[in-house]
Amino acid sequence: MRAARVTPSLLPGFGPALGVTLLGLSLVVLAPLAALLATSLRGSPAAFLAAVTTPRVVAALRLSFLLSLGAAAFSALLGLLLSWVLVRYRFPGRRLLDALIDLPFALPTAVAGITLTTLYAPNGWLGAPLARLGVPVAFTPLGIGVALVFLGLPFTVRTLQPVLASLDAEVEDAAASLGAGRFEAVRRVLFPELLPPLLTGATLAFARGLGEYGSVVFISGNMPMKTEIAPLLVMTKLEQYDVAGATALATILLVASFALLLLLNRLEAWAAGGRR
Amino acid sequence: MSIEVRSISKSFGSFLALDDVSLRVGDGEFVALLGPSGSGKTSLLRIIAGLEEPDRGTVHFHGEDATQRDARERRVGFVFQHYALFRRMSVFENVAFGLRVKSRAERPPESEVKRRVTELLKLVQLDWLGDRLPSELSGGQRQRVALARALAVEPKVLLLDEPFGSLDARVRQELRRWLRRLHDEIHLTSLFVTHDQEEALEVADRVVLLDRGKIVQDGTPEELFEKPASPFVLDFLGSVNIFHGRVASGRAHLGPLSVDYPEHPQAESAPASGYARSWEIDLARDGGETGGFLATVRHVSVSGAVVRLELTPDDGAPLKVEISRERFEALGPAPGERLRVTPRKVRVFVGEPGRE
Repeated sequence: MRAARVTPSLLPGFGPALGVTLLGLSLVVLAPLAALLATSLRGSPAAFLAAVTTPRVVAALRLSFLLSLGAAAFSALLGLLLSWVLVRYRFPGRRLLDALIDLPFALPTAVAGITLTTLYAPNGWLGAPLARLGVPVAFTPLGIGVALVFLGLPFTVRTLQPVLASLDAEVEDAAASLGAGRFEAVRRVLFPELLPPLLTGATLAFARGLGEYGSVVFISGNMPMKTEIAPLLVMTKLEQYDVAGATALATILLVASFALLLLLNRLEAWAAGGRR
Repeated sequence: MSIEVRSISKSFGSFLALDDVSLRVGDGEFVALLGPSGSGKTSLLRIIAGLEEPDRGTVHFHGEDATQRDARERRVGFVFQHYALFRRMSVFENVAFGLRVKSRAERPPESEVKRRVTELLKLVQLDWLGDRLPSELSGGQRQRVALARALAVEPKVLLLDEPFGSLDARVRQELRRWLRRLHDEIHLTSLFVTHDQEEALEVADRVVLLDRGKIVQDGTPEELFEKPASPFVLDFLGSVNIFHGRVASGRAHLGPLSVDYPEHPQAESAPASGYARSWEIDLARDGGETGGFLATVRHVSVSGAVVRLELTPDDGAPLKVEISRERFEALGPAPGERLRVTPRKVRVFVGEPGRE
């Protein structure tokens, strides 16, 4: 990164702009993170390692990462479908549907969690027939997945929508007139356009899902080793005055998710580079 | 390969875009589809390409009915107004696209793809830009890439939808001359859509003028210019002055103008309009001679080789006149001056004026 300005901008010079940015970032993001790291490293490395390798912690971390990734991938696919429908078709109620997409952003997560739990509980509207089919949802990992998709979907839809809208329908006509079948046109023309926003949306959904607490604790049932997510375990440890254990787990969450986000970012940059 | 459309009709909702249109483009011909926006010219082009389905009528290539054929089976090269390039692919890959999506059996080997694409990029004089992305090119260059891409699949006919529409005037002129030369080299049956009469008349062998979903005239540029079939054609092909009046006993009385009109010898009068192109009008200082009429100069605009004047006759609507710069300098008219106006050619159409 160069300090030199590339284009003249409306903001005052580089120095003050960067200063304000860093100060803001430090106050709200970097300082709390640093405090977290400092606290977790107060004990010995052996104690840290011991705290994060208990079977219960490992199970919680695995559950959180796997479910967040899975839910992000599912949100990406569902979001692709939804945004395609919203952009390409005109039907009554389209605007209403479009507005509904943002609802999970606005809803208090606890409300979402309680609603989903009521709905998917073994005696709920959807839970009862599903349980009869042998697919219990609430109080299983699947239930957590449902909650995470509910939260992740707006991210994928909102990142895909503008890109889809910017795609010229003429480009598809061009592909057809050049002899490309549907599959080839999608693979060579549409997919490269959609991959970067798809990855961005999935990354956001993943990050959101990993840190989510409020909507998941109701539907998960919170059984240790089975449906206990890592953020909840941090809470539990704190309630038991195990500050070292809580911060150690939080640090692992932090580092691992940072690494994953970085990886996804690189992937995105690669996809956006686009030159074949 | 020839293109023929027979009795094509197409409507979008309640809007009739094409109304029973039939047209034939001979092998190797270069034809312009000219018309105002909404005249159906683009719809016709898209129907020929298979990108749109007609409600009625058939499309034939080389005498074969292709109406049911899919766009990708028609082997038609299509050039879009806004280029429609694949923005994530390099110029080279854009041109190679048509070759890469061929079925395994037909797909040429990589070395052949490279050779063909390079050859095409040379043809459109862009072989040094193969690695760039479309966004790094100018409008004129993008359109040439689009053309090379369309030619890569060796189409039997080339369709161009307002190919120069989004370019600025200078590039546009250059590119259309270049396209004409290219056509003379490769002799591909070509049909192009434009709303710019100058473009159509300059480039095409034949011009088909459309209005409200119907063909109003089909002929060489000379024919359209010299024998316009209707006031609409005349009006569309450049700036004209209209004189409203009546014809009777072989003579037309049109406002300040009076001309012979032997086609209407009857004594009973009929409404008629006379049309005089703004560059087919003479201006002179009033020397008391007869013929023509007097008008006052209102406005003079000197731009380039032609000088445009606006005059108002003593009775009647303002008049647009174009004269050469030499004539203007010899005459030296000033606003407010009265001059004698003599149209060299007046075309009379009997009937109520259909449209403004």
